[in-house]
Order: sequence, then C-alpha cells, then structure tokens
Amino acid sequence: MQNFGLNVLVLGLGNILLSDEGAGVKAVEELERRYDCSSAVQIVDGGTMGLELLPYFEERSHILIIDAVKTGKKPGTIVRIDDPPAYFRSRTSPHQIGLADVLGIAAITDNLPRNITLFGIEPKQLSTGLSLSDEVSQNLSRLVDIVAAELEAIGVEVQVKL
Amino acid sequence: MEVPLNAQYIRNLIMGAHGIFDHIVHFYHLCALDWVDIVSALGADPKAAAGLAEKLSTWPKNSRHEMKAAQDRLKTFVNSGQLGIYASGYWGHKAMKLPPEVNLMAFSHYLQALDYQQRINKVVAILGSKTPHIQNLAVGGVANPINPDSQSALNMERLYYVKTLIDEIGDFIKNVYMIDVAAVGAIYADWTTYGAGVTNYLCVPDMPLDTAGTKFELPGGYIANGDISSFKAITSFKDDYFKENVKESIKHSWYKGDWNRHPWEEETVPNHTEYDRKGKYSWVKAPTFKDKPAQVGPLANVLCMFAAGHQPTVKYATGTLDTVNAVLSMLGSSTRVSVNSLHSTIGRIAARTIRCAVLHDALVNQWQALIDNIGKGDYATYNEPVFPKGEQMGFGFHEAPRGMLSHWVVIKDGKIKNYQCVVPSTWNAAPRNSEDAKGPYEAALIGNPVADPEKPLEVLRTIHSFDPCLACAIHMVDPNKKEIVKVKAF
Repeated sequence: MQNFGLNVLVLGLGNILLSDEGAGVKAVEELERRYDCSSAVQIVDGGTMGLELLPYFEERSHILIIDAVKTGKKPGTIVRIDDPPAYFRSRTSPHQIGLADVLGIAAITDNLPRNITLFGIEPKQLSTGLSLSDEVSQNLSRLVDIVAAELEAIGVEVQVKL
Repeated sequence: MEVPLNAQYIRNLIMGAHGIFDHIVHFYHLCALDWVDIVSALGADPKAAAGLAEKLSTWPKNSRHEMKAAQDRLKTFVNSGQLGIYASGYWGHKAMKLPPEVNLMAFSHYLQALDYQQRINKVVAILGSKTPHIQNLAVGGVANPINPDSQSALNMERLYYVKTLIDEIGDFIKNVYMIDVAAVGAIYADWTTYGAGVTNYLCVPDMPLDTAGTKFELPGGYIANGDISSFKAITSFKDDYFKENVKESIKHSWYKGDWNRHPWEEETVPNHTEYDRKGKYSWVKAPTFKDKPAQVGPLANVLCMFAAGHQPTVKYATGTLDTVNAVLSMLGSSTRVSVNSLHSTIGRIAARTIRCAVLHDALVNQWQALIDNIGKGDYATYNEPVFPKGEQMGFGFHEAPRGMLSHWVVIKDGKIKNYQCVVPSTWNAAPRNSEDAKGPYEAALIGNPVADPEKPLEVLRTIHSFDPCLACAIHMVDPNKKEIVKVKAF
C-alpha cells in the first residue's frame, strides 16, 4: 500500500578510500542493487559531502542515514540511533563541516524532519584501501536488510529484485 | 597537445564557481564564529542591527524583519535545549569584540549564505555533473557535449541558468560578503598586527584563455619577504621559473630518509616514528620555492595579482580597504589600513573576500567567452590525447581555493612511474624544512596573543584564517560523549 505523505531519503555516508569508513556508501549501493524501492524513496551516495547535503534534506518525511559508527562494540556490530541530532548535540568538528554540523544547520533552517534515524556499523579498519574488512563485509547484507525492513515499516513499498 | 577553447572556458567556469563557493563557506560557516559571538546576537536590537546593515549596504535583505527573523530562529534553536552545533564556541570570550547588533547582522547573513553557497555550487554541478568530485574532466578537454538543439547536452537553457546563478552570487559577494568582512575587519583592526608568518608569497596564473594554455585570465608569480616590488611573474606552464624552483624536504616528516628534492625525483615512503620536535614530527612534507618556505592561498594570490597590476584585483583590494577605513572612521577610530595591513591573520580573511570578487568578474568574462565561441559555431570540447613514447615528465598547476596546487608526473612507456601532489595545505602547514626554517602556520603563531590558555580562541583565528584542508578524511560517527541517546544493538 502506498502512503502518499512519504518522501524518504536514504543517505549513505563515508569515504570509500579508507576501507570500513566507506561502509555507508557500500550499503546504499547494495540496497539499490538488491531492492526495488517505490518512487517515494531517494537513495543517495553522500560520500564525504558536507554542506552540499543540505538540499537533499528539504521536504523529507523521513531520513535514514547509514554510516560507520564507532561505539566500541565488536567490529561489524550494527546499531540504530533514533535521534541523531540529539546524539550530536554535544559535538562539533572545528575544521570541516561534518554530519553533525549539517544536521545542526538543517535544524536551524527548519529543514530537519521529525523522523531521522542513523543506522551504523562498527568499523574494524580505517586504513587506505578499497575493500571492507571481513567483519564489516559479512554484516553489510544484514544492515541493508534492516534498512529495507525499516523502509517497509515506514510504509514504503520495497521489493527484492529477482 | 592543445585543449579546445570551449573546454578551457568550461574548466575555468568550474574553477571560478568552486572558488567562490569555497570562500563563502569558509568565511560564514567555518571561520566567522571565531569572531562573531552567536550568543551575543540574542541580545541585539533587530532595528538597530538593520539600521547599521542598511547604512553599510544596499542589500535588500537587511531589513529589521530579516534581522528579527534570524534572531527568532536562533532563539528557537537555543530554547530547544542546547546550543547544538554552536555548543563548543568560545561565547563570551574576552577576545570577542563585536557589538550585539554586528553579531546579529553577521548571523542573519550566515543563514543567507547557506542559500547562496548552494546556488553557486549548482554551477559546478551543472558543468561538472556532480559536486564535489566533478566527473567531466578528460585529458584533452571535457566530457560536456555542446549542442544548442539538444535537451540532453549543454544547451542555451542550461547556460543561461548558469548565468542567472552567477549574477545572483555577484550581488551577494559585493553587497554582503565584502561588507561583512570589512565591518568585522575594522572592529578587529588590531588583528592586522598578528599572524603574518611567512611573507614569501607564491601563486600561479590561472584560467587559460587559449588552446595552448599560454595566456591567462588571472596572473601569478612570486613575492619575496613581503616586498610587493619584488614580484616576479610566472608567465605560463612553460616558464622554467616555476618548474625549476619547487622542492620538498622530509627532514622533519614521517617519511623514509632525509632529502630535499624536486617533485619528479621524490618518493613517498611513510615511516612513522615518535613525535620528535627536533626530528620528525609531521605527516606533511616541507615544500619550498627557491629553497624558501612560501605562503600560498588567497592572500598570496591577491598580493601577486595586485603587484602584477591586475585591474579587478586593484579595484576590489582598494575598495575593501576603503570600506574598512570608512567603518573605522564611523567608529571614531584613528587607525587606518593599507595594502600592508593584509600581511596578517585578518588580512588573509580580507584577501579571500577580495579574491572572491575577482573570481566573480572572471566568471562573468568566462561565461561570455564561452557563449561567444559557441556563437561562432564551435562546439568542440575534446581533443583525443596521444601519449608520447619513452620517459616523459610533466606537471600541471591550478590556483585552488586554498592556494597554489601542483601535480607532478613521470610517465614511462605509457605507465605512471612517479606521481607527486604538492598541495596548498602542504605549503601552509609545512613543518620546518631542510634549513629548519618554519612553515607558514608555525611562523604565523609566533607573537599571537592568547588571553586564556584554556580557551585558545586566538590560535584558532590564525590557523582558520589559512582555511586548512582537512576534509575528506575520516567521516565517521564517534560518540565519545553520548549519554543523551540510547544506542540499540541488533
């Protein structure tokens, strides 16, 4: 069933040149490869963009962000953070504009939807390299399935590609 | 080999638009909050802020309603609990000197700048197909097909949209950005005496105007010891003066060995050892020009173009300094600034504004040149390259937003044998070189005042004034202060 009020952004973040740092980008690539999502969803490879992300936040009902998240758990552990702006409230990066700052600026310009969720995966290695560690790689499909399930829970039509 | 004219113009448009975007974001979103006290803006009188803004500029979005709306946004945000992204600012710091009304004016323009930076970045995206990390560059030209009759090529509709975006950003640069920097600069005129650091300035000519890359829209060259009359031009890619005088030392850098070499002769073999102030202490190599450290970036660029007599640079530099002096006289101060005041922390911020205005004029010229050339029926954007046989050495340079960028390559039998990038932040953040001379950051911090060692705002001011390039590195969420939210593990 299609819900007409939906306008969902799925945003993968990270630097694919630094192995597990690029997990978010690899995850959205896999999401697009394995699932057909309705037109209510826009899937974006946000790479290492900062302020350039702002226009993508406008007029969304939901934003799902996928990124490498360091919580000190076992590499490959998947976490869900339901209020990333609150999560970032005490943080700021002095030199560059990172996700925390973009969320803050989106908040002050009224471009932040109520529903914003961060799906993270614990990285193992951040050294130069194009491939993910075994631990992250083995859990990536599960992360993608969790995001797809979240899209369904929101009310977006999602189908496994044949 | 040569590059078609259209390709030169398209590349130049991207360079100019990217530079403008970067300078505006640097001022408003990365460095202004070292000088502007957000919390103080909460207590400003919007009517007085508008009165001040309208006295300084004819910008239509300076009304008291605009100021009030900006203040209300800030209030709502602050009342929502915490200061969020502004939480770690040094609010109320002794070194913050702007009156509440100037803080509010700057904050309202901070919000407006979010919109304008996006508009000029669209030019980069339209011509480069995405931003950052444009996709249209090719050896021999660009991958943009030009066809006025096609919906799916670069056509007149797209080009006129680019022109609209260029015009809009011009209004913002000249009526807002330049004025804000002049006002902030006047009130912080004492900062013209700090942060000069290395005053050897290096920049390169940019925006080629012919297919062979021998003529340029913007001049470049070298100034030694802060003496503008010592300026010597770098005339083209073929000029040996540039090619033969760049070297890098690794005496104090975490690479294997200890040498001082020309980029074609270099290697990059990491060898991390402990932090040793007398020995190796940085990942950054130490570049030199004529065996001396050099500062690169908008200040180097503006001083060199000024010395070269480049008319738009002379006009905007003089105009900006005049505005600063007008504000100083409005404030009843007897201090006056001149071109020499630019050798400083606040001078680097002013130079970035001047360069931004110069780039805007250049952008208008490049757009017109592209239209005129297409009008002649020339749609070419690409010449197929032929790689010569044997061992070849080459390099390219560009005046990037943070300064002079050069890439050096050795190609042997069609394969890359050596590739070295000597990038702007390497020049400015360099550790000591083979002669133990300090790089620009290090030198600029000497004599910098620090009112409160626990809150070294003044150090940030000087380092941020260089616009350090530290993005695109790690982009990960690292919740070390995370009590606020629950993390649910699957």
